[in-house]
Parts: sequence; C-alpha cells; structure tokens
Amino acid sequence: MPPPRSSDTPILAELRRLTGSAGREAVSDIYPTLPFGISGLDAALPGGGLGRGTLHQIHEGGPRGRYAATAVLFAGGILARLDGPVLWCLHSRDLFAPALARVGLHPDRVVYCETWRDAEVLPAMEEGLRHRGLAGVVGELTRIGLTPSRRLQLAAEGSGVTALVVHRLCAGEAAEPEPTAARTRWRVSPAPSEGPDRRLSRPRWRLDLQRCRGGAPGSWIVEACDAQGRLAVPAILADRPAAPIRRRAAAG
Amino acid sequence: MTVEQDGSRRVLAGVDAAARRLGLRPGMSAAHAQVLIPGLHLAPADAAADRAALVRLGLWCQRYAPLVALDPPDGLLIDVTGAVHLLGGEAPLLDDLAHRLVRVGISARLALADTVGCARAVARFGEGGIVPPGRTAQALADLPVAALGLGCEAVPALQDVGIGRVGQLMDKPRAALRLRFGAEVLFRLDRALGHEPEPLAALAAPEVPQVALRFAEPVGARETLERVVADLCARLVPELERRGLEARRLDLVFVRVDRLDQAIRIGTAKPSRDGAHLARLLTERLSLIDPGFGIEEALLCAAKVEPLAERQGSHLAERPQALDLAALVDTLVVRLGAARVYRLAPVESDLPERVMRRVPALADPLGVVWPADLPRPVRLLAPPEPVTAVAEIPDAPPLFFVWRDIRHRIVRADGPERILGEWWVADAEAELTRDYYRVETEAGERFWLFRDGPMERNGRWWLHGLGEA
Repeated sequence: MPPPRSSDTPILAELRRLTGSAGREAVSDIYPTLPFGISGLDAALPGGGLGRGTLHQIHEGGPRGRYAATAVLFAGGILARLDGPVLWCLHSRDLFAPALARVGLHPDRVVYCETWRDAEVLPAMEEGLRHRGLAGVVGELTRIGLTPSRRLQLAAEGSGVTALVVHRLCAGEAAEPEPTAARTRWRVSPAPSEGPDRRLSRPRWRLDLQRCRGGAPGSWIVEACDAQGRLAVPAILADRPAAPIRRRAAAG
Repeated sequence: MTVEQDGSRRVLAGVDAAARRLGLRPGMSAAHAQVLIPGLHLAPADAAADRAALVRLGLWCQRYAPLVALDPPDGLLIDVTGAVHLLGGEAPLLDDLAHRLVRVGISARLALADTVGCARAVARFGEGGIVPPGRTAQALADLPVAALGLGCEAVPALQDVGIGRVGQLMDKPRAALRLRFGAEVLFRLDRALGHEPEPLAALAAPEVPQVALRFAEPVGARETLERVVADLCARLVPELERRGLEARRLDLVFVRVDRLDQAIRIGTAKPSRDGAHLARLLTERLSLIDPGFGIEEALLCAAKVEPLAERQGSHLAERPQALDLAALVDTLVVRLGAARVYRLAPVESDLPERVMRRVPALADPLGVVWPADLPRPVRLLAPPEPVTAVAEIPDAPPLFFVWRDIRHRIVRADGPERILGEWWVADAEAELTRDYYRVETEAGERFWLFRDGPMERNGRWWLHGLGEA
C-alpha cells in the first residue's frame, strides 16, 4: 500500500468539488429561470424566477379541485412564455383548447396525449422530459408519489425541459400535501375581481407558493394571465398607499 | 430446346411441346436427338437465368397468397391457407392460375393438397388437380416412390425389393424400413402425409428490405431479445441507406421453436432510418412477445418504406427540435395508440362543441387560432349539466344558480352571447338558440352558463364550462 502523500489532498478535494458540483446543486445555474415579472413573486423564488428543467406542482385551491381550471390556466401561461413544443398529458377529455390559446399557448405548439390513468401519465411525462427542445411537459394527475416525482425531476434536470404537474383531485378528496421531489408547489385559487359595476373584468387569482426549495413561501393576489401568458399586479394593490384614498373619493 | 452438360455427355435439359411430339425427352443425349431429328436447333441451358425466371414467376404468384417458395429447378409452392376464399374457392383459384399461365405461354401442372409433399408429388408425378382434405394417403398411394422427393440411392434400393409405389411403402413396418433404408425414407413419407411439418422458405420480394438473425440455440430472455432487436435495426439501417429508403413501418417476426410465430409491428410518424430510434420503438412492444420454448430466428422487414428525402442540415440549433418531436410522438404512439396522440386545430364554428378538430401530432403548423375576442372556459362539460338559475328580468344574467345542490350567488356577469344552431349541419339544429352568460360568483369562480331558449318560451339553464381565460 503506498503511503499517503500530503500533496494528494488538495487534488482530491478539487476533484470532489468538481464531481460534486456536476450533481443537482448546479441545475439552477445551467438553465436560466423564467421570471413572472412581478417583483414580490420573483424575489421569493431562487434565481429570480421559476426554475426551468425542474418539476413544479400546481394545485387548485377552492372547491373545484376536480376540474383544476385555474391551475391549468396558470400552467398554460407559464408555457406560453417558453419557446418550443409542449406535451400535454390529459387526464380526461374536458380540456377546452381555445382557453389555452387565449393565455398565449398557440394550438400548433401543443401535442396532446390521452393518458387516462396516473400510471400512464407518469411514463408519458418522463418520455417527454427526455426530449430536449420541448418547452415543457404538463401532466394532469390525481396524485404523484415521492419516487415518480424524483424520476420526473431527474429527467427534467437532464434535458432542461420544465415539468408541470397539475393536480386533479378525486371527488371528496382533500388536498393534503404529500412529500415530493418537486422544486415548488403552488396553489392557485380564483379570487373575486374588482370593477366599477357588475360587469366582468380581468379575473384575479390568489397564488400561494406553498413550498419552494431555496426560496420563501408566500401569497399574492394577481391578475390572471393575459394573451401573452403574463400575470399582472392588480392596479389597486400595486399602488397601495394611494389606493384607500382613491376608493374613498370614489365613494364620496 | 436447351442442352446441358452431364459429366462427359451432353443431354437435353428443357424440351418444348413441339419437340415432345417428335419423341424428344429431357435426359436424352444430344447426339441421339440430333440423329433422330436432323437439323435440330439446340441452345445451351442457363441455370442461373432459369432460376431468375422462376423467382420472377414466384413473385408474380404472390398475387394468390403471400407465402410462395421455390421448388427448384422448375416448381413453385404456394401456401394458399386462408387465401382461397379471395378467388371463390380452391377450384376457381386453380383455374385462374392455369388460365393466366397458359396466356403467357407457360405450361404447368397444378395440384392443391393438404401437405406440401402431397401437392408436389401429385403435380410432378400424378395428374394434378385438387386432393380433397383428408385424402392425402389415397392420393399418394398410387404414385411412384420417387414422388416423395427421395435421394437418388433410395429409389433404386426400394425398387430392388419390389417397392415401387408409395402405397406399398405405407404398408411396410416402419422399424424395418428404418433399419434397411435409413431415416430419410420415413421422414419424407411423414412429411408428405403431414405427420412432420414441412417449412417453406418464403420467397421475399427483393424490394422489401429485410434482415434476419438465426440463433444456434433458441433464445427467450427479454434482455437477449432487446439485443437482437438492436442488432437487427443496426443491420437494417445500412440496407435502407443502400437503397435510399426510409422506414415508415417495420414488421418484426420471431420464429419460435414450435413454429407459432410471434410478430410485432411498429409505425413511425415520419420516415426514419435512425437505428436507435427504431430499436427503441420495437423494444417498447417486446412485452407482447411470448417466447414460448425459445425463438430460433428473428426477421425484421421494412414493410412500408418511403424514398429518402435528403434534408438540409442547419448549423443553427433550432432544427433538431422537429426531429426530436417525431421521436417522442413515435414512442407515445407505440405506447398509447395513434388515436391518442394528436394536436388540436381550430374549426370555424359557433358551437363550442365543434370548434376543435384533431390533427396528426406532426402535421405542419396551421398558424390559425380561435378568435381572440371571445372568452372561453378552460373546462368544457360534455354534455352540459342542467342547473337551476333565477334571473330578475328576461335577457338579464341570473342572480344565482344551483349546480349539484350547491347554490352559487352571482356577483358579476357578462352576456348574453347568442349562439345559433348550424342548420346546414343538421335539421334539428335549426331551432337551436343558446344565450351564453359568463358569470363570476362571490368566491371569484367563473362559470359559463347558457339558457337554451328565451325565458318566455321556458328556456332551461345549463352549465357548460368552468374557469375562464
């Protein structure tokens, strides 16, 4: 056995540092993040935006968890701002594509696959995540376990494709958080919109960043995605000090 | 009239009908023939050309059944199992074949029987025609033993002991026959009677690129089969390249020891000659293969090909994406089925149920979108669910609605957006009128409601969609 030499140590340390950094820690440095354009929201996320090449979970808040309508629009808005084709793994046949086009996701970009069961969604998502050049992969799932989520996360890291899991709750099921390897977990719920009369204005959502690795959880009220998939800060909240005064003036 | 060299003698090989009438027979020496018929014209036999002509004829015979085998020097075997009904039965099939052959000047004797050996024997040594099912032994009994296709020593040896007919052979004790004449005689007899299988080496159309692997030992393990698939694909690709083709559909056939062949078929969305990609698609399907007691042979053929379209590579990074998508779509199609992978394209229609149509996932971009000024729900209920709604005045949005026993109070609303039925699609739609309202509840949830007629005509309320973009 050769005697250990003192000069080995820094080299070994250097090698360990190099091999270590090739692992998962460096992912956020490899792929640029996707900012939402809302300062408070971006500040809460590591890297100043939503991480690409990682897995994100989106839950629907409110009583209509089975349809996950708001969550789907939130996912559509994210993908609209990324480049490339999108793979959308459907859970049932009720998705209405014109609504996705209205948040900026052009129908030519989306390839749908009908995967009716979770057991079909997960392999289809993983397959999509292995193909570089996709903007993202969306899977509508009832639940995702720890191991499948880890597989998806690893596949996403390898290719740089963003993975979005939209949770569709079964009837009567509570949205209890399960441990997953996802980088963020969002809860999107509809929020009452505001406007002068009884007419509809831009919808509002309540965004809850429930869990975020390397970031801070938080809640925001935002205006829903526009035709380019961008969220916005509600006018009144954006200019908070002035808001109460203006309202009073309007009332008087 | 052709002549071939047999040792030091020149003998007649092929004799046409006119020469036959003059008493000439194959096997007669050329000198003898020339003495009989002065001025006889002889041409040298060309075995290679004869064989090529036989192959051409065999390929033509694939019009009757896909499995055609050569029976050199001048025979063809067609396995018409399952293909007879196409021409209305066995007799019409033989008639059709005979007529077509006569028309091109080919004289042939046709026979159809239960076994390959019997059909061959009846055609070559009998009168031809159809041997009814189960009558194989009777049909063979009167034929000379040479009809079994025995080697050249066995026939004289049998004749020496007075066995000239197949029927005599069938009556003899098997053990004694085996001792005296070896296993071959019994083996041929069993094949002709159908006790032993007689596999045919199918004639492959030369335009179908195909590769095969034969194994010294039967294989069956999943990993081995995966390696076999990769190997076959790696061999097929140069074959495709040589011919300037790309594969659209591949058939992989595993020939099992017990002759129960297993096959898988894959198709590609775009023509491909990427060996690794094709192998991956085939591997997806390997679970359908039951190797049984083992697989002896694997055959891969490109059943559907397209000429290779040379594609200009780009130095820019965005081109590989399209290729990437084709690979992904193929994998998903193999896994889920072609009907379950698609894109949705706009259709010009007012009815929300009709505004989408499916297009193939790799269709060219259409560049059209739905009208941007019409807000639409993100989930469409099919069919719409009935709700109870109350509106203050006709044509005003409802104040609240009850859906699945839950009351939703409406705070904001927009509408009506009137949608009329498309009477040019169906007569029943001439009366169809829907007034759509987009509503927001106290909680901020958005719904898409419609009333299927004016209030004064008892229009009912329906919920058609949830969420809104």
